[in-house]
Amino acid sequence: MAEKVLMTALSPTMEEGTIVSWNKKEGDSVAAGDLLCEVETDKATMDYESTQEGVLLRIVKAEGTSSRVGDTIAILGEQGEDIDSLLQESADGSQPSGPEGESAAEAAAPEAPEAVAPEAHEAAARSRDSAGAQGDGARVKASPLARKIASERGIDLSRVSGSGPAGRVVKADVEGFTGAPAEAATRGAAASAAGENVTVPVSGKRAVIARRLAESKFSAPHYYLKSSVRMDGAMQARKDLNAEASEKVGFNAFLMKFAAEALRRHPQVNASWQGDHILQFGSVDIGLAVDLGNGLITPIVRNCGNKGIVDIDAELKDLVARAGSGKLQPEEYTGATFTISNLGSFGIEEFTAIINPPGSAILAVGEIAKTPVVNDGDELEIAQIMKMTLSCDHRVIDGAEGGRFLYELKRIVENPVRVLF
Amino acid sequence: MAEISIRDALNQALDEEMARDERVFILGEEVGEYNGAYKVTRGLLDKYGVPRVLDTPIAELGFTGLAVGAATVGLRPVVEWMTFNFSLLALDQVINNAAKMRHMSGGQLSVPIVFRGPNGPAEYLSSQHSQALQSLYVHVPGLKVAAYATPYDAKGLLKTAIRDDNPVVLLESELAYAWTGEVPDEEYTIPLGKADVKREGSEVTLITYSKPVRMVMEAASELEKLGVDAEVVDLRSLRPLDEEAIYASVRKTNRAVVVDESWPVASFGSHVAWLISRNCFDMLDAQVELVSSEDVPMPYNHTLELAVQPSVEKIVAAAKRVLYME
Repeated sequence: MAEKVLMTALSPTMEEGTIVSWNKKEGDSVAAGDLLCEVETDKATMDYESTQEGVLLRIVKAEGTSSRVGDTIAILGEQGEDIDSLLQESADGSQPSGPEGESAAEAAAPEAPEAVAPEAHEAAARSRDSAGAQGDGARVKASPLARKIASERGIDLSRVSGSGPAGRVVKADVEGFTGAPAEAATRGAAASAAGENVTVPVSGKRAVIARRLAESKFSAPHYYLKSSVRMDGAMQARKDLNAEASEKVGFNAFLMKFAAEALRRHPQVNASWQGDHILQFGSVDIGLAVDLGNGLITPIVRNCGNKGIVDIDAELKDLVARAGSGKLQPEEYTGATFTISNLGSFGIEEFTAIINPPGSAILAVGEIAKTPVVNDGDELEIAQIMKMTLSCDHRVIDGAEGGRFLYELKRIVENPVRVLF
Repeated sequence: MAEISIRDALNQALDEEMARDERVFILGEEVGEYNGAYKVTRGLLDKYGVPRVLDTPIAELGFTGLAVGAATVGLRPVVEWMTFNFSLLALDQVINNAAKMRHMSGGQLSVPIVFRGPNGPAEYLSSQHSQALQSLYVHVPGLKVAAYATPYDAKGLLKTAIRDDNPVVLLESELAYAWTGEVPDEEYTIPLGKADVKREGSEVTLITYSKPVRMVMEAASELEKLGVDAEVVDLRSLRPLDEEAIYASVRKTNRAVVVDESWPVASFGSHVAWLISRNCFDMLDAQVELVSSEDVPMPYNHTLELAVQPSVEKIVAAAKRVLYME
């Protein structure tokens, strides 16, 4: 008897997924365990393996369409079966996604006049949509030189009309462009008549980031501890280690190792608020916030407390590389017991971060900068200083405990040999 | 300065180098008694005698191999191939021996040898005798390859090639032997690996080498009538290649047309076009165009024979495409 194939949650946080490609076509027979399709979830592209078997009678959700978890994406059964009633059911069942899809399209093209023919309206929505998804209007055809000049002058290429073949924007078009720079557009309508508001559709990834961080910030009472750390010792240690290591160990691996050591000594910080109890984790699993350009992800190095720094570094490099290509499995980025966010490379002196659940603390790390300091002999000297800010969930970690942890971490970073103590 | 032909410029270079270095000798079909199929070696047998000038049997693999052997033991042969079409018979000696000996002997052997002769289509010679085969040679590491389109360049480059301690392949053209130009009376050489800007311009770069240089110069004049200021870069040396000269010009003009009379697939011209696309990516205001011969064996019919080769019209059209004038 024919049955519906439903979109299932392929990651713990997935609420909806987009079918990237179908690996079976209608009429193909499917065995349990066969790769049915690939689904883009909120964080990665996952394989959807069939748990059912039969002949793929109908693909309900075509490639590129998104479905909520529980929606019917296909019908499986025996060749020749009547599936009309199932299709009717699934059409009713996925009703909620209908209006939503529509309103998203409308939101994407707010200026489209009512009189425009429906097809044109859709096309406009689609093109806006893809431009939005690319973030930088990558679909605009422009010569490399035109792109370079536009980026130097802050001109939004999508607002320049192209005189080249198929509307390609060329150097002369950019140089002749008299509109205001793109920056003006982002300042809002009031600032300049030249700027139009741009509606960027919320991707699955962005929706997850928004929901989870709002949840964390609003439910966990955050407080912040700041500490300046003298980095000369850690930098020397890294230099010494890299002089011997076969591959250079990155700075973040050092931070992870130091944090793991401090967490081992302060297990109260390596814990999670569970409503009616506090869970102290047996393993120190540290996540590192990684920028993906269109969102972020926190790949996790498990059991950092019991790993050497070279192993941590190797794992981290692999995770970061695969994060960049969207190939991380959910277990590789969910469940960090502690998180580090490092914005030092952007010249950020210090910042506060939002706790990444289920952890109860996150360490925000700024740049390392030469700074005048007063030494023990009351003299001014130049030191390499890094500012760390620890965000703690007060439900789990009281101020004194947070302070003890951060002080421990500061002392380890300033004098890495303390790792051995 | 005297105005002489490429044929005579090459003859002068050979004569001067033979006088300068007794290890230099010439061999090939008809190079002696007949003074060369294209008269490049005229008078040299009379002046230097056998064995400095050797007439060989019609056996390219044999005499090319003989020359490679002579070079490895200290002589400096100049091999004349009657045309590059016949050089195909000698490819194994060039690719597997001449180009490899220095590498495979760990630097103990060197092969100071010159291979020269007419390459590319002439007229009414049909498929087997109208081939531009430079891409086969320039493909091979261990060979140097150069080409000339003026008497000045021909003389200077041939002298340098003879003095080079590596195998050098020199591309000539049957139709260009009679082209004339000024050559200084005093001695000079031209280094390999240096391109020459044959015409300065600011709006589009036309890159070429060998016989098409003259056609490209005509195209630049046509473009001037259309108000376009074209720069012409004569590569002269294909390997080593003066990449910086190419990039400097493209950085200035933001547009490039490569003109190469060989076939388009996997050709030297397509390689140059790729280099520009890759290394000048952010400086390009248009796609890089390649004007080549059509991807067919050369037809005998004269109208078709001309139609499948690069022409002034094709070059101007390509330049107009990259200038968005169409």
